[in-house]
Amino acid sequence: MPQDVTIFITDRNGVRHEVLAPTDMNMNIMELIRSYELAEEGTIGVCGGMAMCASCQCYVLNDLISLERNPDEEAMLWEAYHVKENSRLGCQIPITEDVEGLEIEIAPEQ
Amino acid sequence: MIETDILIIGAGPTGLFTVFEAGLLQLKCHIIDALPQPGGQLAELYPKKPIFDIPGYPEVLAGELVTNLMEQIKQFQPGFTLSETAETIEKLDDGTFIVTTNKGTKHHAKAVAIAGGLGTFEPRKPALENISFYEEKGVEYFVKDPELFRDKEIVIAGGGDSALDWSIFLSDVAKKVTLVHRRNEFRGALDSVEKVQELKAAGKIKLITSAEVVGIQGEHHVESITLYRGGVLEDFKTDYFIPLFGLTPKLGAIANWGLDIEKNAIKVNNALDYQTNIDGIYAIGDVNIYPGKLKLILCGFHEATLMCQSVYNRINPGKRYVLKYTTVSGVDGFDGTRKEAEKAVVKSIE
Repeated sequence: MPQDVTIFITDRNGVRHEVLAPTDMNMNIMELIRSYELAEEGTIGVCGGMAMCASCQCYVLNDLISLERNPDEEAMLWEAYHVKENSRLGCQIPITEDVEGLEIEIAPEQ
Repeated sequence: MIETDILIIGAGPTGLFTVFEAGLLQLKCHIIDALPQPGGQLAELYPKKPIFDIPGYPEVLAGELVTNLMEQIKQFQPGFTLSETAETIEKLDDGTFIVTTNKGTKHHAKAVAIAGGLGTFEPRKPALENISFYEEKGVEYFVKDPELFRDKEIVIAGGGDSALDWSIFLSDVAKKVTLVHRRNEFRGALDSVEKVQELKAAGKIKLITSAEVVGIQGEHHVESITLYRGGVLEDFKTDYFIPLFGLTPKLGAIANWGLDIEKNAIKVNNALDYQTNIDGIYAIGDVNIYPGKLKLILCGFHEATLMCQSVYNRINPGKRYVLKYTTVSGVDGFDGTRKEAEKAVVKSIE
């Protein structure tokens, strides 16, 4: 049985949530945020997860995952607002057992 | 005044397929869309991406699906009001509607189907304090009429396909084209990137990379912009500034039509016919919300089909009708064409 992982998400109102995420559903961080309704529908995952909008931009707050962005993600973030060194697109971060304990903050609405 | 049975707002897949289902019921459709071409997100955001969950298509490119839908509805001769957004709606005493666009085009319809997807695509605007002052005074977010830029000096900002394509196109129209991008790499079709490279070498496009536009100046119209490059600010003379940073969807004016809205979507009655809280206004596809809603193209098709039956009953109260199958009954277009199954041959074998 694949294990769920625990992820800490600070929403756009500054509230920190501890959520359980399945590792066997091919989900990503953007989808996890939507599944727990931690950002208003229509303000996150607008393009459906194709790295074609920056509505799921997150700041990665601990060093559990690489901050290296894939080319599409990098290009999108170059055109986005509120981008910091630790910005990633949630839709490009898959939920695997490696992200146990990941701490992220959802960036302000674009 | 444009007259129609169903006025569809949004030319995405759900809106387009509505024309077909309405046509089977002899209902005429007209579609309004903010974009210059039909297809909605599929045409605008990801025409070259494959879709794998359209029943009967193991794989279809989004752009291809739009082409196929347009072919499928051709027989029913839908009207289109493109590059305009539905702004106001008025319900008349007889239960019909007048919808007026931002450009003043009026449409008179017996029912309205909002198939607006995520909403109207609006340009993403750079975060410059005074940019709204210069809108239509030198700042343009779309290239609607290239002639506006004839013999002018223009600065285009952005790193995607539209920034590249318009730089190429306008290099033959404008006096001077400067393309500004925040990085060195562009993400666009390879041939566009190569073409810009060529035009740069030929001195027809000035390319400024690793730079950002951080200010706009001018008394009544754009006269110059401020560029930030390598820690240095510099003034750059230009007649026009065209930031092309992509589009973002907004529900727009529809949000003020008195419809019940929840989570940026329109609440509908999904037990029956996807009607909103206003009798005669329906919402189908990604724009609506109800318990168990899934934003899938195939769900939009289903919702469109049920909605058309409801509109038929609304427009033709008491007129009897039973669902027919296209395989059995064929499809009679408004253009006089007829599609039907080939008749079986009756012939004896000797």
